[in-house]
Amino acid sequence: MTRNEPLITPQLVAEHGLKPDEYDRIVKLIGREPSFTELGIFSAMWNEHCSYKSSKVHLRTLPTEASWVIQGPGENAGVIDIGDRLAVVFKMESHNHPSFIEPYQGAATGVGGILRDVFTMGARPVACLDALSFGDPAHPRTRHLVSGVVAGVGGYGNSFGVPTVGGQLRFHARYDGNCLVNAMAVGIAQADKIFYAKATGVGMPIVYLGSKTGRDGIHGASMASAEFDDDSEAKRPTVQVGDPFSEKLLLEACLEIMAKDCVIAIQDMGAAGLTCSAVEMGAKGDLGVDLNLDAVPCREVGMSAYEMMLSESQERMLMVLRPEKEAEAEAIFRKWGLDFAVVGFTTPSRRFVVRHGGEVMADLPIKELGDEAPVYRRPFVDNPKQPVIAAEAVQPPMSTAEALRTLIGTPELCARRWVWEQYDHVILGNTVQRPGGDAAVVRVLDGPKALALTADVTPRYCEADPFEGGKQAVAEAWRNITAVGGKPLAVTDNLNFGNPERPEIMGQLVGCIHGIGEACRALEFPVVSGNVSLYNETNGRAILPTPTIGAVGLLDDFMRSATLAFKAAGEAILLIGETQGWLGQSLYLRDLCAREEGAPPPVDLEAERRNGDFIRILIHENIATATHDVSDGGLLVAIAEMAMASGIGASLTPAPADIPAHAFWFGEDQARYVATVHAGAVDAIVARAGIAGVPVRRIGTTGGEALNIPGEQSLTVDELRARFEAWLPQYMAGTLVDP
Amino acid sequence: MKSAVIVFPGINRERDMARALKLISGREPSMVWHADTALPAGTDLVVIPGGFSYGDYLRCGAIAARAPIMEAVRAHAADGGLLLGVCNGFQILCEAGLLPGVLMRNKALKFISRDVFLRVERSDSPFTRGYDAGQVIRVPVAHGEGNYVADAETVVRLEDEGRVLFRYAAPDGSLDPAWNLNGATNAIAGIVSAGGNVLGMMPHPENHVEPEMGCTDGRGLFAGLVEALDRAA
Repeated sequence: MTRNEPLITPQLVAEHGLKPDEYDRIVKLIGREPSFTELGIFSAMWNEHCSYKSSKVHLRTLPTEASWVIQGPGENAGVIDIGDRLAVVFKMESHNHPSFIEPYQGAATGVGGILRDVFTMGARPVACLDALSFGDPAHPRTRHLVSGVVAGVGGYGNSFGVPTVGGQLRFHARYDGNCLVNAMAVGIAQADKIFYAKATGVGMPIVYLGSKTGRDGIHGASMASAEFDDDSEAKRPTVQVGDPFSEKLLLEACLEIMAKDCVIAIQDMGAAGLTCSAVEMGAKGDLGVDLNLDAVPCREVGMSAYEMMLSESQERMLMVLRPEKEAEAEAIFRKWGLDFAVVGFTTPSRRFVVRHGGEVMADLPIKELGDEAPVYRRPFVDNPKQPVIAAEAVQPPMSTAEALRTLIGTPELCARRWVWEQYDHVILGNTVQRPGGDAAVVRVLDGPKALALTADVTPRYCEADPFEGGKQAVAEAWRNITAVGGKPLAVTDNLNFGNPERPEIMGQLVGCIHGIGEACRALEFPVVSGNVSLYNETNGRAILPTPTIGAVGLLDDFMRSATLAFKAAGEAILLIGETQGWLGQSLYLRDLCAREEGAPPPVDLEAERRNGDFIRILIHENIATATHDVSDGGLLVAIAEMAMASGIGASLTPAPADIPAHAFWFGEDQARYVATVHAGAVDAIVARAGIAGVPVRRIGTTGGEALNIPGEQSLTVDELRARFEAWLPQYMAGTLVDP
Repeated sequence: MKSAVIVFPGINRERDMARALKLISGREPSMVWHADTALPAGTDLVVIPGGFSYGDYLRCGAIAARAPIMEAVRAHAADGGLLLGVCNGFQILCEAGLLPGVLMRNKALKFISRDVFLRVERSDSPFTRGYDAGQVIRVPVAHGEGNYVADAETVVRLEDEGRVLFRYAAPDGSLDPAWNLNGATNAIAGIVSAGGNVLGMMPHPENHVEPEMGCTDGRGLFAGLVEALDRAA
C-alpha cells in the first residue's frame, strides 16, 4: 500500500513501545501487517499515556457524578455548574518525563497543554496551579530542574496571561531520577456553551488551526509511557517547544469563533498530536475521518506522513466547522495571524484514512483504534501495613521551641515565595487570596462569587499506606477549600506512579485509587477529570506514589471568606478536631528524628465532614476571624504560619496531660483546623460544637510579637519568619553550606 | 474621560485596564486593534496595557512600536494628548522613541510578581494629581524586564526636569536598594515625556483599584486623570 517506508520488524515494533502480543492484536484487528505510518498511529494510540490501559479498570470505580457535574472524565476537561448559568472547566495533567529531560520547555508545554484542554471546551482560563516534586536538594541535578521548571511554568503562564495562584513544591530523594510537573488549569464558561470533541454530520470540513507542524515531540507520548535509564538524556528531541504567544492568539481566536457559533466539534492536539485528536473526534461521533496531509501547514519541508501524524508541535487545534461558517471562521483566524487549513472531512465509513502525496498511508478502523486498545488487569500486591508508632516511643531530640524553629526552615515546610513570585499571580485582577494560604481564592467575573482552588497530596503517606494516603489527599484538598470558606465541589486527579508492570507499584496505584474513591464518595466530591502518569522510574527505582488532587470549591460571597493570618491581638485561638498525637510518617519523625516510618494518620471521613462543615459555618457567619487547616508539621507549625502571615504572636496553653507535648504539637492527626475568634465568643462556639459533635479546645490567645509556648523559650515572629523565608532562596542561589 | 486601549497580539492585561478605566471613569474604553490606523474621534487618553506584545520576540516592545496603529498614537501624543503605557506599554513607548531609555532584564534575571511600594515624586502632573507628593502607594509588579536604564546624560535630564513620577521605595518612602526590586537606575519606576503628557511605568495601578480586592492605591492615577480632563473640558 505504501512506499518508501521502513519494513516492519520485531525490533521496530519494540521501538514503538508495543509488546509482541499487542502487535499480534493489531494484525488480527486489521487483517494484515500495518504500514509504518499505521504502526506509528497504533503506538500513539495504544501507549499507556493515551490509552490508560493499566489504570482503566480501576479508574472506573471512581465516583464521577453529582447534580452539579456537567461533564465528567472522558473529555478534554471536567465541567461543573456554579450557578448563574456559569460553569467551571478544569483539569490537571502531568508533564513529568519531558520536564526531567528539558525542564524549561517540558514545564512550559505542560502548562500550555492544560490551558488548551480548558479553552478547547469554550472556557476562558482564569487560574493555573502547579504541583511540583523534585529529588533530594543535595542531588546535583535538583537545583537545575527546580530553576528550569519554575521558569518554564512562569514563562508560559505569564506570557499567556493567566494567574498562577497555587500549587505544591516538595523534595524527596525518590524523585531524583524523575521529577513531577503537574499543571492544573481552571476556566470559566457559559454553562450552555460548552464545546466537545464529538464530531457530527458526514462530509463536514475538518479544519487545522494554530501553529505549523514541525518535527518536535515525535513519540512524546510513547516516551511518557516508558521508564528512564542512564540514556534518557538522548530523548531530548522528543520534548516539544512551547510558544505562549501563539497560544494566546489561539485562545482569543477560538473563543471568538465559538461565540459566532462556527464550531461543531473541537479537539486540541496534545499528546500524539494529529493522530489522537482526529481519531477521537471521529470515534466519539461514530464517524470516519479522511485526512489529506498535503494540506497540513508544515514548519519544515519534506515531512513524512509518519512524522506529521506523530508530531507533538504545540498550539494546534482541530475543529469540525459548520460548512456555512467556514469563511467567517477563516477570517477570524487570519486576523489573529494563525494558520487555517481544511485538512479533511468526516465520512460515514468509520475508517481513519490518511492520504499524503497521492497515496493512502493509513486506512484503519477508527473505533477500534481507541476502544480496542489493550486493557490490562495487571497483577498487584497490597503493600504491607506499617506499624503504628506510639507517641511515647518517640524520644524528642530537642525542645518544642527548637523543634519548631528547625522544622519551619526545612525544605518541606519553608516558604515557597521564591517559586510563586516568579508567577504572575494577580493578572486578570481577580486574585482575592494569593499563593501562600490554604487555597487560592479567585473572583468569578465581577463577583461576589469566587472559586477556591488547591492542589494537594502527601506522598509519604501514600507510600506507607496507599489506601489511607489516597483518602488523605482528597481530604486534605477538601480541607484546604473549607479553610477559606469554600464549598468543595469537585476534583481532578493526577496519578503519578512507577512501573505498573511491577505488582507492588500496581498495588500502590490500586490502593490510592480506592482511597480516593472512598473519600470522594464520603465527601460528595466527584472526580470530573484526570490524568495518569506511569513509568515514573529510573533504573528500577520508582517515585513515591503521588496522586495529586486538584480541587475546586465555590464561595457564594468572597467577602465571607477567611485567611490564615491572625487579625488582631487578644483573640482566642481554637483547635477544632481531635488530637491523639499521631507521629507516624510525620515530618517531626522524619526530619528531626531521621525516621521515615510508621503508619500514616488515619482519615476519619465522617469527622472530616463534621469538622469541616462546622468551620465553614463559622467563616460564613464571620465568627472565625482567621482559619488554617492543620497538615504537614502539625499544630504548632500551623499556628506559626498564622503568626508569620500576620506579624502577630500568640501565647499558648500547655499541651494536655494525656498526650506527650511533642506529639500534641507536631502530630499530624487529620480533620483539624485552627481558628481565631473574639475571646467573648468562645463559650457559645464551644456549646455549638458540642451539639454538632465537633471537638473544640482553646489553645491560646493571639498577641505580642512572639510565640510563647509554656515552659519553652519564646520565639519571636520575626525570627521564625527569617527562618521560614531563608532556605529556598539560599538553596537556589547556591549559598547554603549543606543543602 | 474617553479612553482607548490599544490591543497588540500578545497583550494580556487589556481587560484589567479596561475594567479599571470603566470603574473609575464610568465609561467603557474603546479597544483599538493594532492593525487599525486611527483612534476613535475625541479620544482623551490612550493606554498601552501590559502583556507580551508579539511574544516579546526580538526585544520587548520592539515589534509593537512599529505597528500600524502607532502612527496615530504618535500623532495623539504630539498633539499633547495623554498617553499611558504600563509594563509592556512602557517598553513599547521606549522602543517607539516616545520616552527615553530602555527596560533591561531584572537584576536578579528572574520574573518578579509582587506588590511594591512607590514613592510619588510630584503631584502636579495629570497622572499624579490624585496623589500627594511624597505619598507612598502599594501596587503590584509583574515583569521580567523592568530595569530602567538610560545614558547618564538622559538620566540627569530626567531628574533635572522632574520627569520621574514614581520610584521604588521602602514602605516609609525612603530609597533603599533593597526595595529597588529590579535594579532600575535611580529606582525609577515611571517617567514622563518632556511635554509631561506621556507616562510610562512598570507597576500595575490597574490591579489595585477595588476595595474588596484588598487595596485601592492604584485608583488615584485614574481618578486624577478623570479630574484633569474634566477640568480641561
